[in-house]
Amino acid sequence: MSETNGSKSFTSTSLRLKVGLAEMLKGGVIMDVMNVEQARIAEEAGATSVMALERVPAMIRAEGGVARMANPKLIKGIIGAVSIPVMAKARIGHFAEAQILQELGVDFIDESEVLTPADEVHHIDKHAFTTPFVCGARNLGEALRRIAEGAAMIRTKGEAGTGDVVHAVQHMRQIVKEMKALTVLSEQELYAAAKEHQAPYELVRMVALTGKLPVPNFSAGGIATPADAALMMQLGAEAVFVGSGIFMKERATPLDVENNPKEREEAVSRAKAIVAATTHFNDPKILAEVSEQVTGTMKGLAAAAIEESQLLQTRGW
Amino acid sequence: MKESTRPRIGVLAIQGDYAAHAEALTESGADPVEVRKPEQLEGLDGLILPGGESTTMLKFLEKHKFFEALKAYCAVHPVFGTCAGAILLAREVHRPVQRSLGVLDAVVERNAYGRQIDSAILHADTTLPGGPIEMVFIRAPRILSTGPSVEVMARRDGFATLVRQGRVMAATFHPELSSDRRVHRAFVEAVRGTPAASEVAWCRNAGRAGTP
Repeated sequence: MSETNGSKSFTSTSLRLKVGLAEMLKGGVIMDVMNVEQARIAEEAGATSVMALERVPAMIRAEGGVARMANPKLIKGIIGAVSIPVMAKARIGHFAEAQILQELGVDFIDESEVLTPADEVHHIDKHAFTTPFVCGARNLGEALRRIAEGAAMIRTKGEAGTGDVVHAVQHMRQIVKEMKALTVLSEQELYAAAKEHQAPYELVRMVALTGKLPVPNFSAGGIATPADAALMMQLGAEAVFVGSGIFMKERATPLDVENNPKEREEAVSRAKAIVAATTHFNDPKILAEVSEQVTGTMKGLAAAAIEESQLLQTRGW
Repeated sequence: MKESTRPRIGVLAIQGDYAAHAEALTESGADPVEVRKPEQLEGLDGLILPGGESTTMLKFLEKHKFFEALKAYCAVHPVFGTCAGAILLAREVHRPVQRSLGVLDAVVERNAYGRQIDSAILHADTTLPGGPIEMVFIRAPRILSTGPSVEVMARRDGFATLVRQGRVMAATFHPELSSDRRVHRAFVEAVRGTPAASEVAWCRNAGRAGTP
């Protein structure tokens, strides 16, 4: 494969390898974990990857303050404890955090609205990294802008830390609807479509030809139950991220998986059920069985009750 | 099986790049079928175990006697595993030690080349006709050793990357992520050359017959 078009071509070795790892994660569940024990539970339950964090979004939302990249010590501990890929979050625009995460050997970097943005204008130039990036999006234009910057995977933003799937649904429906609409446009209409979506014409044209994003399209932000995971998969997600839904008890209190066997069992049952539901997303009989096996569910926070200024999804552009 | 008919080949669809394999099979003259339950193995002419996370697949297989059903299937039918699929087929798995189907006489080490940052696209000579082959390695395993009945069809730094043992094929790279369809065509031909009966009557040269 020639790289004469520069590293930004979809046939470039670098981007093929980045998208290649995203391909391997399809049909699976990526779980937020805050310590080694949670990471082990996630792997044991069948997660395809773990997202190493100091605080899950539900805690960040409840506790406030500036949310930053996790401590490298925590990330290294988790990398050493599991054999599946490890992801970690960098703040929007904080390329120095991303450089540190790449240096640590993180397999995927999430440039995430869940953390406090570090740049109000620029996202990270993701082409400059060997490590692949995933970014959140609420609509097609946002998704394509992130892909133009080098993202190898898109996820819906949803509203993280709520356990309320309503915004993940809204964002996935929006992206799918806008992709479908492009497929019926004529060549000459695509230029104006690119302007409307505020996205590069070449990417808009790729979507118009194929009806899908040029990188895998996953879902995140409020997925808390096996049924939520199945819903997002049926709406077109190719895999799901589950953040606060597995290891949280109350809004800002995690289950004590290290000392309390009963709470550990509860986390295991949630994790296993969501994994099974993601594979069998189209099989209501199995979905009913696995939903029954879940003990307890994250209490959650209705997204409609959150003030506009407190929404995480409006970060990034 | 007649040359004119398209064999029905299953793709294990627990998770991973099963869609890429399905597309590669379609382009190689076979009809793909997604397999998520043991009973779906019934009547398939062959099976592909895709790339993905081998631990995730293994945890899933250990429920509802899927592992045993798959092992029985692989003992008599043509199977092809890439990356995680190759790990599942191996006789022995290292780093960490984990259970496997044991239908390929090989010892495999997981994530042997490092993390994602060490993933690479390389080219190597192959015994398949048509010159060197592109090999897409993603957090790839390494085949440390193979038994005497295993044919090595491509290598990386001396270690086997594409192998065949009777009806079983395995690659530590991802031919489904390349546009070159020679590996999938070789597997589809192997499926065509295998009698539908459960007996093992593999014609050694069936995979080399050349494609229309």
